[in-house]
Amino acid sequence: MIRSLRIIAANPLSLTGLILVLLVVLAAALAPWIAPFPTHNGAIVDFAYANQAPNARNWMGTDLVGRDIFSRILYAYQISLLLGVVVLAIATPIGTVVGLLAGYLGGWAEAVLMRIVDIFLSIPPLVLAIAVMGVLEPTLTNAMIAVTAMWWPWYARLVYSIARSEREEGYVLAAEVIGAPTAHIAFREILPNCLPAIITKMTLDMGFVIIIASSLSFLGLGVQPPTPDLGSMVAEGARYLPDSWWLTVFPGLAILLAVFGFNLLGDGLRDVLGVDE
Amino acid sequence: MLPVLRILLRRLGISAVVLVGVSMLIFAIARVIPGDPARIALGPSASAEQVTALRAEMHLDEPLVAQYGHFVSDVLRGDLGQSLYTNRPVTRDIAEFLPATLELVIFAGILMVALGLPLGILAARHRGRWPDHLIRVLTLLTVSAPSFVWAVILMLLFAFYLPLFPVAGRISDIYEIERVTGFLTVDTLLAGNFAAFADALHHLVLPAVALALSGIGQAARLTRANMVETYQKPYIEMAQAYGFFPSRIARSYAFKPSLIPSLTIIGLDFAAMLGNAFLVEAVFAWPGLSRYGVNVILRKDLNAIMGTVLIIALTFLIVNIIVDLLIAFLNPRIRHSTRAAS
Repeated sequence: MIRSLRIIAANPLSLTGLILVLLVVLAAALAPWIAPFPTHNGAIVDFAYANQAPNARNWMGTDLVGRDIFSRILYAYQISLLLGVVVLAIATPIGTVVGLLAGYLGGWAEAVLMRIVDIFLSIPPLVLAIAVMGVLEPTLTNAMIAVTAMWWPWYARLVYSIARSEREEGYVLAAEVIGAPTAHIAFREILPNCLPAIITKMTLDMGFVIIIASSLSFLGLGVQPPTPDLGSMVAEGARYLPDSWWLTVFPGLAILLAVFGFNLLGDGLRDVLGVDE
Repeated sequence: MLPVLRILLRRLGISAVVLVGVSMLIFAIARVIPGDPARIALGPSASAEQVTALRAEMHLDEPLVAQYGHFVSDVLRGDLGQSLYTNRPVTRDIAEFLPATLELVIFAGILMVALGLPLGILAARHRGRWPDHLIRVLTLLTVSAPSFVWAVILMLLFAFYLPLFPVAGRISDIYEIERVTGFLTVDTLLAGNFAAFADALHHLVLPAVALALSGIGQAARLTRANMVETYQKPYIEMAQAYGFFPSRIARSYAFKPSLIPSLTIIGLDFAAMLGNAFLVEAVFAWPGLSRYGVNVILRKDLNAIMGTVLIIALTFLIVNIIVDLLIAFLNPRIRHSTRAAS
């Protein structure tokens, strides 16, 4: 752990990623204390300051009803990170178990499970999430359900491909010869060898979940106002380009910054953990 | 039998299974809709008799298995039902909006291959030096924002501040082009109107770049990784020992084996672009499937939602079959193999 941190810190790109991620996490965690206008995360109007360009009072300007955009971005990070953590916390175990079983057991389990995975993978991820959101009411919980539904198959495929090659290895044979139970071989022998790839993918995926979630809310199918969300902030502001550019540019850059951080960090982790692309 | 033909048949078989699964998945999603679709279709003012009649007409009063049977037999006859939003057959709506989306996605796909692969090769050839680091940062940056953010940024920079490209739409109003294929770049050429063709192409640039950016980054990163791996093979070392020029080694020896794994990912990225097209179309007011799709979803228009997702899944399957055939064609081990390739 300490050694890995040291390797990451030695690479300027990975270090930048780590710092960006820490900044975003801190910004989200401390939003109520560091936001200049902590009440602006809700349905509040302040028309005296509506639609102001960035200035000394509002560093990133204000939206159409006078709310401070910088404050709202800090709160929007809370939603984005929460969504990412919940989606990955559910999708990763499901996908891992499916992939492990299909990859290690082979035969019928492999044929049936991987065909189901193929079905999910054959609908473009965003379209699947849009379709699920289409039938559910647009709320944060449902957005999590929709994104999780499209996310687990990718972990199943990743773990499956590793497990399939690992099952031919000597140590698996050795465990089989001494009569270890199937569950023991799958979860105690093969799973640890999948972990570096899973951890790397989870880091990179934090960024991608943020992208998908903001895409849903950009289309009006995600978190609903007045809850601040980066995607819906961009969508609202897009109608007022180019004059009120701050409405879209700052939330857009906020997405870029967070996702870039997770990508840089994940890229660095990949090198540290020795995972293939 | 020709190996390529065998692969085609095998892929078609798998695709058929996947399509059945997709149809079940879509059917399941559509049945989760809260509320009565017949009631939603008719509105709150309709009488109970009208709703009952429409429920019978939509087969909603039958068991789920029978409903699925009706759905499948309708789809097989090319009937996706009536859209409640446009009051027209869903197939007609899709035929109207799909070409615009496909045109955008295909151009973005071309950009992805034309820019992503060379960038990846360049990075691999200068591995560990500044072009590699620069390309690594740039490609990580392009995959780090959703396409609607790139669309907004590109629009601000190259349509408003530097008015090089049009802000919205597919073609200027002054051109009247007869609709043949629905692809404006094709229809304008069929009409022999080169000014209109240039205009349509001009409108395509910004949306296509916005859509392609993250794909370019992914294609470049993957090509680099594959090339770096290929460069460690003994036959490359031998070519270097012979004193061949680096450019020749890259072109004739390292590129092709590295291209094959990249192609699979390019197929997947194409799928992602079919989804992301929704976002880019919204920014550039591109009259494709997006606005239709979002509208029918907000109105809980069952038939239209199911039809749209089904068509997109079908398009994606076809693209993947093409990619697989391309791989089989490029890979001599598959092209000349006598055993079935896995």
